Amino acid sequence: MESQLLLSLVSGIFIAGSAAYLGTLMLSRKMAVVAGPLGHLALPGAALAIVYGFSISLGAFPFVVLGIVFIWLLEIRTKLPMETLTATVFAAGVATAFLFLPINEAEAALVGNISKVGIYETVAAVVLGSAVFIAVNRSYKKIMLLNVHEDIAKTEGVNVRLYNLIYLSSIAIIVALGVDLVGGLMTAALVAIPAAAARNISKTLVQYGVVSGAFGVLSAIIGITSSAITGLPAGPLVIITSGIIFLITVAVVRV
Amino acid sequence: MSETLLEVKDLTVTLDNAPILSGLNFSVGEGEFLTILGPNGSGKTVLLKSLLGLLPHGGEMLWHKKPRVGYLPQGLSQMSVRDLPLTVKDFFSLKKVKEEDVMRYLPLVGLGSGVMNKKAGYLSGGEFQRMLVAWVLASEPNILFLDEPTTAVDIAGGETIYSLLKDIWQKRKLTILNVTHDLNIVYAHSTHVLCLSRFGHRCYGVPKEILTPTVLNDIYGADVRFYTHKGV
Repeated sequence: MESQLLLSLVSGIFIAGSAAYLGTLMLSRKMAVVAGPLGHLALPGAALAIVYGFSISLGAFPFVVLGIVFIWLLEIRTKLPMETLTATVFAAGVATAFLFLPINEAEAALVGNISKVGIYETVAAVVLGSAVFIAVNRSYKKIMLLNVHEDIAKTEGVNVRLYNLIYLSSIAIIVALGVDLVGGLMTAALVAIPAAAARNISKTLVQYGVVSGAFGVLSAIIGITSSAITGLPAGPLVIITSGIIFLITVAVVRV
Repeated sequence: MSETLLEVKDLTVTLDNAPILSGLNFSVGEGEFLTILGPNGSGKTVLLKSLLGLLPHGGEMLWHKKPRVGYLPQGLSQMSVRDLPLTVKDFFSLKKVKEEDVMRYLPLVGLGSGVMNKKAGYLSGGEFQRMLVAWVLASEPNILFLDEPTTAVDIAGGETIYSLLKDIWQKRKLTILNVTHDLNIVYAHSTHVLCLSRFGHRCYGVPKEILTPTVLNDIYGADVRFYTHKGV
């Protein structure tokens, strides 16, 4: 029991911490909500994983990548805003998932499965979470400049395609991992809430990233631990903890 | 006579199957303050972005010296970054530049070192624009591309920015390509003007020599005149 809690905590910390750090970039590009529809798009993959008994993240990943490529191609073709396209396509993911997702096993796909995570999934969460953290950290200023003004970034020599690829790949990995932690319905909260809370109280860019990551980690620790104590699902508890932290920061800002 | 820095031959830009610019030829001398003048929709910003390599184009662009480009785009104001916890120091950290270089350029644009810890999004319009000028200059460009750099500030603030840019242009021997539709700017600051119009009329040369009422009428499609008040 204790080793299971340890695995859940380690997975949760790495996923939530790197998701929250990435979230600061997504929030500044007004793209934080995009993680939600992508989480929904991951649901068919999560459903397949449940039916055939393999890792939910592993099942989710190709569907998230397909979703991102599909949205990217639609954006080029239609010139519609990205949030409109994600909102347009995400329902297809949910509908497809419910076609063959055994409804009595749907909980893991919808609210996450972190309480039952195994050693291989934990290693994957640590490796991929660290990879995303390092990639985001190394490209943070370039992507932030892109967010501020793409043409200025280009004239300053930023390789826009490369950094957009790093950025979108990081989102794909985090959403796929996030489906394991909080389920396909709540992945946006993993990136959006800690970043929004950090923005409320941060004065500098460094504070913004560090505080957001810390809020993500804190939410994972409190959510998973209270799940172990109460028996309630960990995913919603992680998100509720994050929401409470956000409300506290709102109160602090008002003071 | 200054040495030629850039030669543009038969420049053609087509966006969404609509021809925006075609067969444009001009050159830019080193140390020139060239203003690209024209009404809205004449292709000024498209030309500037094409020269910067930001838009696909046909024709030739020959740089006689390797350009180190600085770019001040249209519409970037303090409001664009107000949502971000970004201090002026953070803003400078987004490009590879040493803090001592930043400290050298801040006084040049009339800002003290105390501004470094202020949030960039909460500077006044004029302060933000001056901070942007310092930001662009900090990487030591030899050519500045300015796209209506004063649209986000009031008239007095705009005049301050241009006076500042002219001062820096003279001291640093920069080449400046500036987009505007404001005739005052052309007469007050530019050594050369390239005019574009929606109707295909073009002109290039020294402002006081070529901007006759007939040419202005051709460019703006209306009776436009510029009056100077002598002895005031």
